[in-house]
Amino acid sequence: MLIDLTLCVGCNVCQGACKEENQLPPSEEKYLSLTAYTALSKYNDLYIRRMCQHCDVPTCVSVCPVAALSKADEGPVAYDGEKCIGCRYCLQACPYHVPKYEWSSTKPRIQKCKFCAPRLAKGLPPACAEACPTGATIFGDRDELLLEAARRVSAEPTKYVPRIYGKDDVGGTSMLYLSPVPFEQLGFDSRLGKIPMPMLTMSALSKVPNVLSVGGVMLGGIWWITNRRSEVAAFEASEKKGESPRPED
Amino acid sequence: MKLRLLPRISRWHPIATTLILAGTVAAIARFTYGLGATTNLSDEFPWGLWIGFDFLGIGLAASGFTIVAAVHLFHAKEYEPIVRPAILTAFIGYMLVVLVLILDLGRPDHFWHPLVMWNPHSVMCEISWCLMLYTSVLSLEFAPILLERFNILWPIKWIHAISLPLMIFGVLLSTLHQSSFGSLYLIVPNRLHALWYTPLLPVLFFISCLASGISMILLESLIFSRGGRDLLPTRLRANLAKVIAVILALYFVVRVENLLARGAWHEMTTVTYFSLAFQAEMLIGFVIPFGLLVVERVRNSRRGLYAASLLVVVGFALNRMNTAITGLESYPAQTYFPSLIEIFIMLGITALGFSAFSFIVKHLPIFEPVVATPRVRPEAVTARPEPIFLTRHGGDLESS
Repeated sequence: MLIDLTLCVGCNVCQGACKEENQLPPSEEKYLSLTAYTALSKYNDLYIRRMCQHCDVPTCVSVCPVAALSKADEGPVAYDGEKCIGCRYCLQACPYHVPKYEWSSTKPRIQKCKFCAPRLAKGLPPACAEACPTGATIFGDRDELLLEAARRVSAEPTKYVPRIYGKDDVGGTSMLYLSPVPFEQLGFDSRLGKIPMPMLTMSALSKVPNVLSVGGVMLGGIWWITNRRSEVAAFEASEKKGESPRPED
Repeated sequence: MKLRLLPRISRWHPIATTLILAGTVAAIARFTYGLGATTNLSDEFPWGLWIGFDFLGIGLAASGFTIVAAVHLFHAKEYEPIVRPAILTAFIGYMLVVLVLILDLGRPDHFWHPLVMWNPHSVMCEISWCLMLYTSVLSLEFAPILLERFNILWPIKWIHAISLPLMIFGVLLSTLHQSSFGSLYLIVPNRLHALWYTPLLPVLFFISCLASGISMILLESLIFSRGGRDLLPTRLRANLAKVIAVILALYFVVRVENLLARGAWHEMTTVTYFSLAFQAEMLIGFVIPFGLLVVERVRNSRRGLYAASLLVVVGFALNRMNTAITGLESYPAQTYFPSLIEIFIMLGITALGFSAFSFIVKHLPIFEPVVATPRVRPEAVTARPEPIFLTRHGGDLESS
């Protein structure tokens, strides 16, 4: 989805449509919550719509120990509450602070934007994109949206900052943003970089097989050498003893 | 050996009992009302005191693999008397951590899921597997002590047969998950404060656990060797102290060098909540004990050694709590202080651990002073092949 902040008028119809689609209580909310999978927050004169970014290489999917989160080829990052053990690593790791936890439940799950996966399966656009009256949110193929975004930026370079947020941030996301002011001023974390976050832990995890194989051989070898050494020492000691006349038992 | 069913009442017993009862009530509340009502955890701060406790428990239990490796893989046989205390410490430490982890999970009834639902990209998945496997290894290493006590000798033979690969596997698993607890935070470069976040986290976690594990076992041997029952001669204790000093120095150099290399040094020189926390952990856990341990007189004195090891353990605790709590308070800016229920559960579980330790020490031959003359072997023990580890009677591969 492409979200052009210059077109957003803050009507909040997207949140209403989202709540209707997901059968959530229809109150207006300013922050993401268990009952708001998308929310509009205001920075000066601009409205920023937040939701799950549905990253191309999602951090949450990589950290989940039981693979309760998964990335579909069509884009959505889906969550399976039946698998979830409640470790909350996804809450800790998500660079956008998206997943929200049912803290008050004794069988808690996480809640977040589902990218209207059931609608996508039927060939329909997500509810928010369909509802948006100004075209601030449009749905489409990611590559085509990128072309469209680049076209808008180059057509009106004074209107936009020359950046498509989400093009390659944390390895690229399904949500793309265009803004008239630098993204840092809108509460976007500028320190995330372009490398997918899961690479950070993979650099450590990829060493596991090495540690096991090299370490195993090394420890076995050390045992062998030190064992041999003490065997030799014991043998030499007994040889020495043998030279002197053996005391009678 | 007579089993004392009614323990002697001392000052410790009422305190421990109260803590365990309070912890039990707190745990019941946690299961009845859920995490939101009973903890101060939130979407912004999803991990708190309990995760810090897990780091602590696992780190202090590191003696389980370091001492086993030193004695049985590197053949430093003179340290044999502390193998059993080390294994017991590790065993209890891991049991407590597993308990806390299950309490901490949102869905404790799903705790077995990592067994069948894998995600090789997840550090958490690797840790769950390492914890499960290493706890099994520890159980097998601990089992012979218990089996001997009840005179069930046939399984010991089997454990003995696989003891060498078992020990190697245990050391490798420990290496992996001790460092992986650091890797957990590799994925939050934007959240964890620059004083703690570094790509070297796993390496630093591993180095520091070596020092804290050995310090813990030194503390135990000093506490339990009162009344003339010396577990280790002064010379060997001083040697262990030297090893700790070297590890502390190594840690300090790697940590400071890394701060400089990442350009995060200025974070430390300005006085903030974070720099003070950082300085506290470095001074208490690394600089001061190193300063103490390089002095020969301190290494040879029981009191000096006690103070230095205690500092290492406290500094280690600060380091882990800072990584798990303080460092994460920087972004998004927030404060977290554990709720009473979180604290009571942690204290209760700690008390449970200490009680289990003192109970086991009372009834099983864990702490045996060094003896000058070879001990007469009980008939039952000599009737089986000598196990590589866990014998107190001089039995070992090369001596048989």
